[in-house]
Amino acid sequence: MKPAKEQGTSRAKGPAIDPSNDIEFRAVSKRYGDVTAVAGVDLAVPKGAFVALLGPSGCGKTTCLRMIGGFEQPTEGTVLIENRPMNGVPPYQRPVNMVFQHYALFPHLDVMANVSYGLRQMRPPLARTEVQRRSEEALELVRLGGYARRRIHELSGGQQQRVALARAIVNRPAVLLLDEPLAALDRKLRTAMQFELQTLQRELGITFLLVTHDQEEALSMSDFVCVMNAGRVAQTGTPREVYDTPNSLFVADFVGKTNHLSGTLEPGGVLRLANGVGLAVGGNGTGRVAVVLRPEAIRLHPEAAGRGFAGTVTHRIFLGSTVEYAVAADGLGDFLVTADRGKSDGTAEPGARVRLAFDPTALHLYPS
Amino acid sequence: MITAALAAPAAIWLFLFLILPFCAMLVFAFGKRAPEGGYQAAFTLEQFANLPSRAAAFWNTLVLAPIGALLCLLVAYPVAYYLAVKAPPQRRMILVALIVVPFWTSLLVRTYAWMYILGSRGLPNLLDLVGIADVRMLNTPGAVLLGIVYGYLPLMIMPIYVSLEKLDLRLLDASADLGARPASTFFGVTVPLSMPGVITGVALVTILLLGEYLIPQLLGGGKVFFIGNALVDLFLQSRNWPFGSAIAVTMVAVVVIVLAVSMRIAWRFAGARRVDLV
Repeated sequence: MKPAKEQGTSRAKGPAIDPSNDIEFRAVSKRYGDVTAVAGVDLAVPKGAFVALLGPSGCGKTTCLRMIGGFEQPTEGTVLIENRPMNGVPPYQRPVNMVFQHYALFPHLDVMANVSYGLRQMRPPLARTEVQRRSEEALELVRLGGYARRRIHELSGGQQQRVALARAIVNRPAVLLLDEPLAALDRKLRTAMQFELQTLQRELGITFLLVTHDQEEALSMSDFVCVMNAGRVAQTGTPREVYDTPNSLFVADFVGKTNHLSGTLEPGGVLRLANGVGLAVGGNGTGRVAVVLRPEAIRLHPEAAGRGFAGTVTHRIFLGSTVEYAVAADGLGDFLVTADRGKSDGTAEPGARVRLAFDPTALHLYPS
Repeated sequence: MITAALAAPAAIWLFLFLILPFCAMLVFAFGKRAPEGGYQAAFTLEQFANLPSRAAAFWNTLVLAPIGALLCLLVAYPVAYYLAVKAPPQRRMILVALIVVPFWTSLLVRTYAWMYILGSRGLPNLLDLVGIADVRMLNTPGAVLLGIVYGYLPLMIMPIYVSLEKLDLRLLDASADLGARPASTFFGVTVPLSMPGVITGVALVTILLLGEYLIPQLLGGGKVFFIGNALVDLFLQSRNWPFGSAIAVTMVAVVVIVLAVSMRIAWRFAGARRVDLV
């Protein structure tokens, strides 16, 4: 998989580099000995945006976050925060705060003392009443009003998450960094926190930069997604752009579920699939291509419908509002199909003969 | 049942060799010295009334033991911090082993070595050669403290190292992230979270020092003596068992009270701490 050769196009689609950027990476690389964690990343996070760094583990996203926080120094390139180069600036002098992956709350301090920690570091010192007022305000924002005197170990995971948030926003940073903030929460709480983070970001109006390996999290919360792979930026864009027009096989695969086909592009814009069928897809390239098709772009019809590829339903997974089918298409291999439960194609049983229909424009073609 | 069976050997041992002798000592403390030495049955407070005559031994012990433990702490903390936080993990075990190595040689031998180093043919002699004459090092409180720090350092390093090793380094990142300078992080996060190790180390070393005999004997040379030295003197030299017992009983009582109070204060300081803002 070859990502990121489309650097130019992705920048045109993504957030433009402009003076109102809160964070900017200029050709940033980070190497640990022989291992390159981050390789020449250019990135811009516009002021007030909610941006997600999305990628598999080991893709360099956390290293990027730690370079913004000041815990790592880039081997090459420059990280700018509010247009100021940050080379050599220690973490405690940077106008950013982080929500750490496992929260990193101070176990020897209670909730109030954790939240007020940042305020108590200010020089010259703030008035006690001011510290008190702003800490309580932050606790109210994360809806932990009555919890000021609780010990950390007395809190549930979700409450600890909120304390970590309150502690990080109390200093009103220019940018809030979130390192896999929802990874340790159960599914239901995670969904609730996704909404809350969005609300919080709108209320505070500060830039949020989220690191996650969970594509759903990235797509659902952020204004912009930056997909990373092997230390490079694979694609930047709005969640819709990244999902609907992935610029590489890697991005298509990583962001959302996919069906893989292979075929040959013939002159005249015809895609010849493995079963010999030719589809008019336009374009003028030729040669072997990898083809990606989203499961929800496929419709299932009864075999008698007579159009589309014939196949047999092998599995059906009930997901509540939607149903997922595994369909073995004759001569084409297995397909994953997502259907609405309410629609007619949500009722096929395993073993049923069906036809798969899709619009050829829904196919994404990548040179293989 | 099984619990009782498992605890039995230790319980019997402690009863035979700690509780019984202590009772005997308690009885002796209220007795009289037999004319030819030893114990003569009686019930008198005479021995306790005589305690002030050994005030120096009490004073030395109760002052030098805590000071020695605190000096140990000051030297041990940076070492433990380096080992647990700064040292590269692959070298950590070797360094820890090096700290334990001195235990392979008897403390007696090592303290004898200090006797020569501090004695008139040692460092004072060298100082004399460069023109600094008449420096006395041996048989001073300083010599005893030096011996204490030297002998007990590993016992202080270990518990602190263990508690610092458990320290979650992400907490230090979090502290820096929130704007704390390195010194604030150290005193606001590292030190409080290592307090269990510090308290254990100080208590361990202090308790052992209160019964110390060897170091004051060799490096204090009869001038700086601890309770332990006074007891040896009373039991083996002047054979005044009742007075020795009275001193020992008093010392046990003082130590129990001092430790109970100071441990309580220390744990309150280290435990559930909240920062009062208003």
